[in-house]
Amino acid sequence: MSAISFFRQFVEVVLAIAIAPLLAGWIAQCRAWLQNRSAPPLLLPYRMLRKLFFKDVALATDASVLFRATPYVLFGTMVLAAAIIPSLVTDLPLARVADSIALVGLFATARVFLSLAAMDIGTAFGTLGARREMMVGFLAEPALLMVLFNAFLLYGSTSLPSLVDGYRTHPSVIDPSVIFAALAFVMVALAENARIPIDNPSTHLELTMIHEAMLLEYSARHLALVEWATSLKLFNYACIGFALFMPWGIATHGSDGAGALLIAIAALIGKLVIAGAALALIESLSAKLRIFRAPEYLAMAFLLAVLGLLVHLLVGA
Amino acid sequence: MHTSQLIAEVLRVLAAGLLLISFAMLSGRRTQQLITLFAWQGGLLFVSTCLVAYSSGLTEMYYSAALTLLLKVIALPWILNRLIKRLGAQWDSEQLVNVPTTMLVGLVLVIFAFGLAQPISSMATTITRHTLGIALAVILLAFLMMITRRKAVTQVIGFLAMENGLFLAATSATYGMPMVIELGIALDLLVGVFILGIFFFQIREQFDSLDLHNLESLKED
Repeated sequence: MSAISFFRQFVEVVLAIAIAPLLAGWIAQCRAWLQNRSAPPLLLPYRMLRKLFFKDVALATDASVLFRATPYVLFGTMVLAAAIIPSLVTDLPLARVADSIALVGLFATARVFLSLAAMDIGTAFGTLGARREMMVGFLAEPALLMVLFNAFLLYGSTSLPSLVDGYRTHPSVIDPSVIFAALAFVMVALAENARIPIDNPSTHLELTMIHEAMLLEYSARHLALVEWATSLKLFNYACIGFALFMPWGIATHGSDGAGALLIAIAALIGKLVIAGAALALIESLSAKLRIFRAPEYLAMAFLLAVLGLLVHLLVGA
Repeated sequence: MHTSQLIAEVLRVLAAGLLLISFAMLSGRRTQQLITLFAWQGGLLFVSTCLVAYSSGLTEMYYSAALTLLLKVIALPWILNRLIKRLGAQWDSEQLVNVPTTMLVGLVLVIFAFGLAQPISSMATTITRHTLGIALAVILLAFLMMITRRKAVTQVIGFLAMENGLFLAATSATYGMPMVIELGIALDLLVGVFILGIFFFQIREQFDSLDLHNLESLKED
């Protein structure tokens, strides 16, 4: 609990907030390349945010406090989540606040607020988007928990930093259950972040959209905060994935000093570049599912995670 | 000692991959996709047999691995692909009844298979004894796939996947069957696929589709 660990915690959060839009821009760029379009500039999300922050807010006449408060709640929960997830270091003072089950709860809080805000205005599209979001969410959440349980079983802890530490102390584990868990995690992450098999992040085609439908009424700084929170959510999911399945380069408890931190930053950026390109590839290769196929998709993610648990219990060790 | 431990771990991962492919086949809709998955399953089986051969030092196992590669990765997928191309069934997709329920049944089958294999694998001394449960699960899942499918081609793929499971079971319990038996099985499979291919054409000529539903009634209405 020294000052240095608070400093590193601070660095981690600031870095997360700073490069989350960059990740979104990188994914958009990769997608454009893969689809033979000319790519938008990498820094486009930042320019977008700047433009939105300078605009005046247009509020619907029926908007309540909830609607105005939601962008701040969303952004706040995502920043807190970024503080808990060990993306750079495992010696996080704030990580003791919540284990990863509470982390899933944090994501759920954000989702509930966004859905309520979308219903608050009373437009048809907002309500439609909110309902779909809740459907996807309540199916994705148990699957995510099961994926986390896989890792808990492997390393015997429910907090993400000690999982990464545990990986460091027994590095030679290639457990078969990891394959299942990783696949299930990718499926859940795609669904939770409104990515292509479930939702199209770049669509404004009214009848198929989920996430965008909930944001239709937001404008200016509210919209900027929501967009920023969305890219932070994607960043957070990527970091959970790294912590669970490829925790290389993260500075662990013993390693102090600036060198380890720099290595961790370099490793994180490298992993994000690869993960972003992989995400763009998945999105370009797959087609969007009909909304009524989404339960099937998420049930499969859940079953894969359960299968991972079974394989670990019955074959492993 | 250390390498053999590593090989055992890799073998377990490969076996888990086989199980994963079995589940993918259970939920796959397109015939073409199923054939690709079958070829992948054969590929994993080839790699794991090679590893077992390397760690046990049995030259016979290399032959059976080569046989797997030739037959299950190259020959059978090629024949099946040609067949469905001739039948015009490449893009056939099947209406599956309730994939999540099928997957749940599959999960129960996996638990059952592991329970069944427990006493046998605790007595076996091979490096792959832990994967016997997975092998049984692959067999049962292929059974389930044959039960839930209606098209003739996909049932044949289920049958072939079942043979993959049997092969894995044989390698994991006893380092494989005698060479003569394995050759016999391989030949049977090849001939079986040829005969079933002829059947496909007959079925289609009779009923204008490959749906086995038509075979269930004894006389024409």
